[in-house]
Amino acid sequence: MVAQNIFFGVIAAIVVVSALRMVTTRNIVHAALYLVAVLAGLGALYILLTAEFVATTQVLVYIGAVMVLFLFGIMLTKAPLGGVMEMTGAQWPIAAVVSLLIGGVTVYSLMARFGSDRLTSDGPIFRTADVSDEVFSTYIVPFEAVSVLLLAALIGAIVLARKD
Amino acid sequence: MLLNQFLILGAVLFAIGVYGVLARRNGVMVLMSIELMLNAVNINLVAFGVQHGVVSGQVFAVFVIAVAAAEVGVGLAIVLLLYRNRRSINVEDFDLMRG
Repeated sequence: MVAQNIFFGVIAAIVVVSALRMVTTRNIVHAALYLVAVLAGLGALYILLTAEFVATTQVLVYIGAVMVLFLFGIMLTKAPLGGVMEMTGAQWPIAAVVSLLIGGVTVYSLMARFGSDRLTSDGPIFRTADVSDEVFSTYIVPFEAVSVLLLAALIGAIVLARKD
Repeated sequence: MLLNQFLILGAVLFAIGVYGVLARRNGVMVLMSIELMLNAVNINLVAFGVQHGVVSGQVFAVFVIAVAAAEVGVGLAIVLLLYRNRRSINVEDFDLMRG
């Protein structure tokens, strides 16, 4: 249990620092690479939570597909690579206050409700087969809905981005 | 491990994502911050799934990942279209509906 806590601390520190750098850096490509660090750290946390299928999907979908989409988006919109365009608007102090309020209230209520609840360490470990059993039995209708949603999003993206 | 470790990490990531959405001027950066918020939710889903010993948390996390992928595809297409029409992805330039 001690080793798990140490690993959690290291990964959480990497994730939070990368996320902070992502929203404050002036170089948009650096921001995309910091986002990769955040997503990889979260994948490691899923492994720590014994959610192997979610961790694999995180790496495949986010670090593989979504990040390539983001990098293509950055390339096609010719965003200035240096600090040419000021990336943060003049409203950032208000944004900081709002996010501090949201984070503070959420953390306070979490501490009040789940203060010292321990994660059950003797619970069942769900492997990929268990996840797929659940998806294709209980959640078959949402699964089909998500397939249709992905198809619609694909067609929509092509229609929007096509040059007429 | 405490359940709160994961929940508080998710709350902190969500707050950072909110800051990114509100403070950034670049349309692509706003979409990236939204991804941060969606990932913060996923941590909570998986952590609660482990806490209650059910597999539903992981299933919903996978659904959220799929929906996030669809959202990024459409969102980037919209940003691309805006750039093509207005030669800018600064979200402060798109204020046609301001009263």
